[in-house]
Amino acid sequence: MRNTSRNFYLIPYVLWIILFVVTPLFLVLYYSFFDIEGHFTLDNYKKFFTTVYLGMTLSSFWYAFLITLFTLIIAYPTAYLLTKTKHKQLWLLLIILPSWINLLLKAYAFLGIFGTYRAANSFLKMIGIGSKQLLFTDFSFIFVSVYIFLPFMILPIFNALNELNPSLVDAAHDLGGSSWTTFRRVIFPLTLDGVKSGCQVVFIPSLSLFMLTRLIAGNRVITLGTAIEQHFLVTQDWGMGSTIAVFLIIAMVIIMIVTGKKVVSKVL
Amino acid sequence: MKQLSRAFAAVLLVSFLLLYVVFKLNSAQGYTNGNTLIIYNWGDYIDAKLIDRFEKETGIKVIYETFDSNEAMMTKIEQGGTAYDIAVPSEYAIQKMNEENLLLPIDHSKIPNLKYIDPRFLDLPFDPGNKYSIPYFWGTVGILYNKDILGDKKITKWNDLWDPDFKNEILLIDGAREVMGMGLNSLHYSLNDTNKSHLLEAKEKLDKLTPNIKAIVGDEIRMLMENDEAAIGVVWSGTAAELMWEKDNLEYVVPEEGSNLWFDNMVIPKTAKNIEAAHKFINFMLDPKIAAQNTEYVGYSTPNKEALKYMDKEIVNDKRFYPDEEMTARLEVYENLGKKMLAYYNELFLQFKIHKK
Repeated sequence: MRNTSRNFYLIPYVLWIILFVVTPLFLVLYYSFFDIEGHFTLDNYKKFFTTVYLGMTLSSFWYAFLITLFTLIIAYPTAYLLTKTKHKQLWLLLIILPSWINLLLKAYAFLGIFGTYRAANSFLKMIGIGSKQLLFTDFSFIFVSVYIFLPFMILPIFNALNELNPSLVDAAHDLGGSSWTTFRRVIFPLTLDGVKSGCQVVFIPSLSLFMLTRLIAGNRVITLGTAIEQHFLVTQDWGMGSTIAVFLIIAMVIIMIVTGKKVVSKVL
Repeated sequence: MKQLSRAFAAVLLVSFLLLYVVFKLNSAQGYTNGNTLIIYNWGDYIDAKLIDRFEKETGIKVIYETFDSNEAMMTKIEQGGTAYDIAVPSEYAIQKMNEENLLLPIDHSKIPNLKYIDPRFLDLPFDPGNKYSIPYFWGTVGILYNKDILGDKKITKWNDLWDPDFKNEILLIDGAREVMGMGLNSLHYSLNDTNKSHLLEAKEKLDKLTPNIKAIVGDEIRMLMENDEAAIGVVWSGTAAELMWEKDNLEYVVPEEGSNLWFDNMVIPKTAKNIEAAHKFINFMLDPKIAAQNTEYVGYSTPNKEALKYMDKEIVNDKRFYPDEEMTARLEVYENLGKKMLAYYNELFLQFKIHKK
């Protein structure tokens, strides 16, 4: 009786997984074998390995890498300082708050801030640097992406730091470790899992960013996500769009394996 | 087990209750079956006051939704699951939708106001006899530029854009046919060219324009031009008209080499539930005074001859927005090139976007 009722509880979950996770994945794979006129073909895969799409893949990875790197550089010290503050939860809430606002809204706000005659440039002028083109540059794209992803990186690192037993740090100090050595040999290795999961939640979505590439980068940055959107909505070449999606999925699986060794080996 | 079935029953009960409330709310507001009209239009493409007026005059409740590209609209209607009574596609999309049997014929006897439409805009190749579509607006693609920033420089043709002085000053609209068309036109080829070597040539020519391009954007182009973010923008005529009313230092030209002439027509998609109301709405929008009011709000050119009488003479006589027949002769209408050719256009457009400065 117990067992059957437990299985019974599983039904909604299994159905959900089959309908909304497994089936779409197979559909993506299935569509990737058809050309625009609905004939079975492998041309989409051949096309993917041309300079156009490989170049796009490389540049997507490069931008995703930069975004993840800068997010990490900013997020780690922030998370560290957060654990030292008095009202941790309040500060954390304030940092997470912006992520409740719709992404598009934030992107439009930056469109205003970075404009030639707007706030950011007035500030640059005031401090004597002079007006610069900010909008539609690599800088603005990475800046806005980092801003958007920051809370997702801070959270896991904060949790890892928060769970860290302070007596370990004290012990390191007592044994003569300098602050830097303590950080390098004790704190960082113990929070590595937080860093890894933070990198995952930032790197993977930044591979397929697409609205920001138009709004903030003015289509001067093309990611795999942009190409997929184009193929599905404009060209209606679902085959090619799916093919790119297949490679994106493969890339994500590889990243998961690289960054999440423990989880995977447990499953296997 | 018992608990679970009780939970299930509770969920079902709550769902039905909510459904009932929704139904009651809707009917209280007049949203009953057969009394609603669902309109699917481009963003910011109607004077919202006219919808209120239509609701008041006919007692029909309007549900209004918007799209931002013909392709997105067609995909949604093709997929089904929608019940749009009116949609406003452009000419090549009408042709395509008709080929795919997505449109219902329009009963002209129910649209007496059709007589106000300029015959120039009726019976066009994409819909002979206007069996499936009724003109809503028309316009061109051209160059909007800021006289203050450019100084003595004047722009009259596409090829002027390649001037090295315009480094980082051009905004383009994010449309494959518009941008590729600009490349083709600058080489004096047709907008509907399907010769692959011509298309490649156009793409290479566009690549040379990249140092001058600041960004390739969507509807934000309006806001960006308004804030003087760039000196030059390749835009649709309505965007230009609207901006020029606000800013005196902007000028719009339809390039000498030729450009695109487009039509947006109202159609009744196959998914329509309230065909009667759809006809009523089309007829309502064709009323000269209403068309005039709508035109003054939207900024595009109206095909309604009678409406011109109720509009500002300055606008009506402006050849930039109401080009005469001599000028329209060098403009071209997009033809439906077929999925494969469209895919090729998009492929080249994507390559052009990736091309680094």
